[in-house]
Amino acid sequence: MAEKEEGVKLIGSWASPFSRRVEMALKLKGVPYDYLDEDYLVVKSPLLLQLNPVYKKVPVLVHNGKILPESQLILEYIDQTWTNNPILPQDPYEKAMARFWAKFVDEQVTLIGLRSLVKSEKRIDVAIEEVRELIMLLENQITEKKFFGGETIGFLDMVVGSMIPFCLARGWEGMGIDMIPEEKFPELNRWIKNLKEIEIVKECIPDREKHIEHMMKIVGRIKAA
Amino acid sequence: MAEKDQVKLLGIWASPFSRRVEMALKLKGIPYEYVEEILENKSPLLLALNPIHKKIPVLVHNGKTILESHVILEYIDETWPHNPILPQDPYERSKARFFAKLVDEQIMNVGFVSMARADEKGREVLAEQARELIMYLEKELVGKDYFGGKTVGFLDFVAGSLIPFCLERGWEGIGLEVITEEKFPEFKRWVKNLEKVEIVKDCVPPREKHVEHMNYMAERVRSS
Repeated sequence: MAEKEEGVKLIGSWASPFSRRVEMALKLKGVPYDYLDEDYLVVKSPLLLQLNPVYKKVPVLVHNGKILPESQLILEYIDQTWTNNPILPQDPYEKAMARFWAKFVDEQVTLIGLRSLVKSEKRIDVAIEEVRELIMLLENQITEKKFFGGETIGFLDMVVGSMIPFCLARGWEGMGIDMIPEEKFPELNRWIKNLKEIEIVKECIPDREKHIEHMMKIVGRIKAA
Repeated sequence: MAEKDQVKLLGIWASPFSRRVEMALKLKGIPYEYVEEILENKSPLLLALNPIHKKIPVLVHNGKTILESHVILEYIDETWPHNPILPQDPYERSKARFFAKLVDEQIMNVGFVSMARADEKGREVLAEQARELIMYLEKELVGKDYFGGKTVGFLDFVAGSLIPFCLERGWEGIGLEVITEEKFPEFKRWVKNLEKVEIVKDCVPPREKHVEHMNYMAERVRSS
């Protein structure tokens, strides 16, 4: 790529699906990067607050002095800057679909998914149904496909993968909820098995036990708020 | 690119989200069939095309359905690449998208949703929050005719359709001045520039009707 490139730096958090997905993309394209971990449940570093004054969140990518927040925007930037192993589809319509579903996951599914973690025992069944209704839409999208990206993983695999099986599911597990059972979601379960076999995905999955503990802390925080 | 492109847009005259799509279609000279939807009485077509969100705008292009105004704008730009609306440079493109998100999420929330539910004192607080956010846009406009540079682009359509030609009509209706000339000279200059652009003018809802409509929309928020 460019002449004398400064390195790529990623400020992220080991438990954040948003920063994990960026790592998946960087690794897929073989882009070396310096990683700085934020323990955001404790305190946000002055560096983070300086780099992302608007949202004060991870991940933030720094490349040749350019500062990029917002995981989906970072993924698109990475795809346009390092064009090997593309993660977004070429076709404008397929691309639009990938972006639509990514938004759906990060907005709707995340919101309803987090909500289901804090519901009382009385309300949990309704909450589970609500989440499953949304996830069924993704089940339909993955039918007969190895990955959302087709034969190889792409943008939507990274977004959905980092958020659902390797983040929300750890929360559900901690709460004793089997949200995505095999008999109801055979396609998604197949997809998750496929994902788990990919080297770069495996490297970007937070440690299960540690992550369940972390998600329970988040649940505690939401309940206390 | 197909021979006879069939393009249909489902929208609402007062919605900044469908107006911005019209701006893009007009900029690229793409002929389209426009279907006016009624908020309180959504057509079977809309419900069939967007069963998940049941919202406009919906673009149908040669049988393919595209939802969500930002996704539609990017689709339009990639399908008809002349008169590009997004910057070529990946970083500039990210910035445009970042600010578009800021406009449609934070500014929209503070400037409309929260404001509809607030009392007079609350409104002043929210107006200050809106000003803080709009200051980011003010800084982006320094030395530029438009966010897109010399010509209108993606962020001009997003911010233009939402702020001067939608939220400001709402603020006018409640007698609130959020964006003043002294604090936001660049922004005011940009709006004046925008108002001279033919395709933008064509896509701005009529003022009085719109002010009335925004009051109605605020009422809806309060009663929901």
